[in-house]
Amino acid sequence: MSGGKVPKIPLEKQVRMAVNGDEAVAYAAKHSLVDVVAAYPITPQTIIVEKFSEFVADGEVHTEFVPVESEHSAMSAVVGAAAAGARAFTATASQGLALMWEILYIASSLRLPIVLAVANRALSAPINIHCDHSDAMGMRDASWVQLFVENTQEAYDTTIQAFKIAEDPEVLLPVAVNLDGFVLSHTLEDIYMLPEEEVHKFLGGYRKVTGKTYVDYLGKEVEVKLDPANPLSFGPLDLYDYYFEHKVPQIKALEKAKEVVKRVNEEWYELTGRRYGDGVIDAWGVEDADIIVTVLGSTAGTVRHVARQLRKEGVKVGVLRIRLYRPFPFEEVANAIKGAKVVGVMDRALSFGSFGPSYLDISAALYGLKERPLLVNYVYGLGGRDVPPSLVRRMFEELIKVKEEGEVKEPLKLLGVRE
Amino acid sequence: MAEAKKEPRGWKDLPLSALPYKLSLEYKTGSWRAFRPVIDQSKCIKCMNCWLYCPDFAVLWDGERVSVNYEYCKGCGICAHECPVNAITMVPETKKA
Repeated sequence: MSGGKVPKIPLEKQVRMAVNGDEAVAYAAKHSLVDVVAAYPITPQTIIVEKFSEFVADGEVHTEFVPVESEHSAMSAVVGAAAAGARAFTATASQGLALMWEILYIASSLRLPIVLAVANRALSAPINIHCDHSDAMGMRDASWVQLFVENTQEAYDTTIQAFKIAEDPEVLLPVAVNLDGFVLSHTLEDIYMLPEEEVHKFLGGYRKVTGKTYVDYLGKEVEVKLDPANPLSFGPLDLYDYYFEHKVPQIKALEKAKEVVKRVNEEWYELTGRRYGDGVIDAWGVEDADIIVTVLGSTAGTVRHVARQLRKEGVKVGVLRIRLYRPFPFEEVANAIKGAKVVGVMDRALSFGSFGPSYLDISAALYGLKERPLLVNYVYGLGGRDVPPSLVRRMFEELIKVKEEGEVKEPLKLLGVRE
Repeated sequence: MAEAKKEPRGWKDLPLSALPYKLSLEYKTGSWRAFRPVIDQSKCIKCMNCWLYCPDFAVLWDGERVSVNYEYCKGCGICAHECPVNAITMVPETKKA
């Protein structure tokens, strides 16, 4: 939260409530006038759809709730709903997201503005219900917009923003809102929600189909939706003749998405007084920092806490939280960290046989520079392994040593694992 | 916008999303065929079972006789299988009619 300007809806007019991260997402979906929710329960996401199904049962929403038999069906059902012009929402985690995988690509290539909340959880085996980002990283190449939130307040705010981003006529892509399982999903926080009608206004009411396209056989421009009056076939066969061409607009839309995420972040700031960095990155103390740590999700809070202590001790450290993971904000990230001597890249997931996913992106972001900081990848917190400040401090101390030695001996470190 | 686009089209000339710009009528599937159904008109009793069962609407009826639209018939053989009087033979495409 940044002070200064008075928001259109001052805090005293906002609704203060104690909710956990999942409930915050459920309220956000309720306030966003969602037409269709299709979902299957899975820990730690369950509370989202459980809470939402209460809204449905109590008649508080107009939503068609489809209790499907699997996550594959959940994603398929929201694909159908969104293609028919509905504002569609679902939520999942871990194995559920893995089961959705096939349809994730279809949702994005059909350019359907679905919103998916992911309460991040480790992937089996062994079975583990706790937080890491392995599930989300499995969909990083699926042409979705992926946002990672830091706290419950941001989970509420970002879920609403996600609909606006997804439905933007220049984007028209599905958006995944990632919140750390248990750390956020099940942790009660005091947050500010907007009066419902203000969210309606922010989103322009019910979803309006914004995608329009010229179709030769109809001889006119039509809305991109299933409509018997203007029949369209969504995603029929395309071989080597046109498949490649059909991928290009997706690439362009993702490029646009970054700017739209920034714009929506500013619009939200004017409305509520809350914004998250520039929308794509959230930087703390990076301007003059010798050592910067990059991180996604709730761990950013812990890292910032340790960084503040180190600053007091006279060590020039900074923290860069990456809020928008796909499309990856290469330019913004490079500009924020290029002045540092050493950058520690924290990843709560591992591309087995390679590095942590964000390390690969950040390496790519820096490669074009003549002078670039040394990079160390810290894979941490797999399966929900706790990340206390003491552990983060140890990482910073290692990074200080790398700075003094001027070289990286081990580019991939597993933080907090027992020998 | 309505003028004909040069084919094959570039990505800017395609409809948004994975939508086709042609009707499926313009996608001729007859070349997929390995066997073609040939109707013996002397045996045909015009029961229209073949017309009913054809999954591609490739059996035609002109009011007098039954024929096959070879531009779309994929040669699945369902018509020959369903014909109650064995009036339809599946002939390999490698053989001349």
